[in-house]
Amino acid sequence: MACKFIVFSIGLALALGIVHETGHAGEWGKYQVEDRRSGYTYRTKETRAMQDDDFQNPGMALVDEGEALWSMVDGKAGKSCASCHQDASVTMRGVGAVYPKFDIGLGKLKNIEQQINTCRTGQMQATPWKWEKGQLLAMTVYVRHQSRGMPMNVKVDGSAAPFFEKGKAFYNERRGQLDMSCGSCHEAYPGTRIRADMLSQGQGHSFPTYRLKWQKVGSLHRRFRGCNKQVRSKPYKYGSDEYVNLELYAGWRARGLPIETPALRN
Amino acid sequence: MTHKFVLVTAFLVALVAHGFSIANAVESSKIVQYVVVDEDSLPSLNVPAILQSLTGKKGDPANGRKVVINRKKGNCLACHVMPISEQPYHGEVGPELNGVASRYQEGELRLLLVNAKFINEDTIMPAFYRNSGFNRVHKKFKGKTILSAQQVEDVVAYLMTLK
Ligand code: HEC
Ligand code: HEC
Repeated sequence: MACKFIVFSIGLALALGIVHETGHAGEWGKYQVEDRRSGYTYRTKETRAMQDDDFQNPGMALVDEGEALWSMVDGKAGKSCASCHQDASVTMRGVGAVYPKFDIGLGKLKNIEQQINTCRTGQMQATPWKWEKGQLLAMTVYVRHQSRGMPMNVKVDGSAAPFFEKGKAFYNERRGQLDMSCGSCHEAYPGTRIRADMLSQGQGHSFPTYRLKWQKVGSLHRRFRGCNKQVRSKPYKYGSDEYVNLELYAGWRARGLPIETPALRN
Repeated sequence: MTHKFVLVTAFLVALVAHGFSIANAVESSKIVQYVVVDEDSLPSLNVPAILQSLTGKKGDPANGRKVVINRKKGNCLACHVMPISEQPYHGEVGPELNGVASRYQEGELRLLLVNAKFINEDTIMPAFYRNSGFNRVHKKFKGKTILSAQQVEDVVAYLMTLK
């Protein structure tokens, strides 16, 4: 009887093992929608556990910094973000899911960083914050964090369509001395090891992200620059039209996946 | 004489077939010119090949092994499992290279390294001996090949040891 039980458990373990090896729809819960899997699912158990625990995730420090900046008065108009937008957990909820977004005044897309700086220079009459510096990163994390768990839902039709098409073309265009497109890695080989790293689907919903390699939170444009440089191509500038269009495409690749900001990656 | 002509024709056909413009061919003149032979002109081949050493010299397999490991040179381990056990984490984007010398002839391996796109246009594998026709190359690498002609020969010699 005991013997039979052991055989049964081994059988069950094997069966479970096989299920784990090959994977099946829904295995990753909310981190998988149809064939789209978040970068989260390609990371190790340890890295995922660190992201899951707000006390261990060092990116959470920027949520606090952003919160402090939210009500800090700055600029000639004597206003803070809160003067116009009050409680961020109400007014900013959902914003992170739909940016970058077509802006009629600009006639092109605008991302969250650019919207923050538009508010600073326009409404607050304050100086714009610099890309990749503490304050702009912290505020972008704080705004995006208000939508944590909400599904990515960028608009790619209507006025956004031509910019979406440009972003998509960029994703599929070979570049650099190594002559690779984003898709060469992220469409052709997700789930495959490239040296020690496992390739994900190259989506944008987790940014700004804390990267262990950077020992810091970084923007999606920083990631784009890194991926451009590793194929020995000249990167574009932070906030360039090329990267904002690419951001829309990378956001669309994550449609339906929950916003993770600040995620944790290696 | 006739033989030479056949090879050159095969080379031109290969160039045209792979969409190289004449301008690219001219710009590439800083690198060693090579002749691509295809299966039609040499039926013993399974894929197109470069029969002659790029430098006229034999490669050094021990140096080739160093080149394939070096992340700034071949960085082949990024994508291939190879019998180099002292290096952790071999990539799995391309096929394992153990036994590759029994699957390919020397000239075929040389072409695979020089520019694998002669064989598969869509491949992710970089062309290790090509210096033009790229899009938005970082200025540090403009007009340069990833490997020198002799390094290509060294890597070929190393791969030929993987029977
Ligand atoms: C040579 C392979 C390679 C190419 C080409 C490449 N990447 Fe990546 N990329 C990586 C690796 C490796 C990582 C880290 C592991 C991962 O998340 O895929 C990464 C990560 C990312 C991430 C982070 C995903 C996450 O969830 O954290 C994004 C976004 C991304 N890449 C976008 C791009 C874009 C856009 C391009 C083209 C401009 C590109 N990549 C080109 C290898 C590449
Ligand atoms: C970015 C990925 C990548 C890198 C780096 C790379 N390869 Fe490859 N390699 C591939 C892929 C993928 C294939 C499969 C063939 C194809 O795509 O057409 C391949 C095929 C090959 C083959 C043919 C193997 C077979 O069994 O058919 C050889 C030989 C080879 N590579 C050698 C090398 C060497 C040597 C280096 C370094 C100098 C290298 N590769 C670097 C991706 C890569």
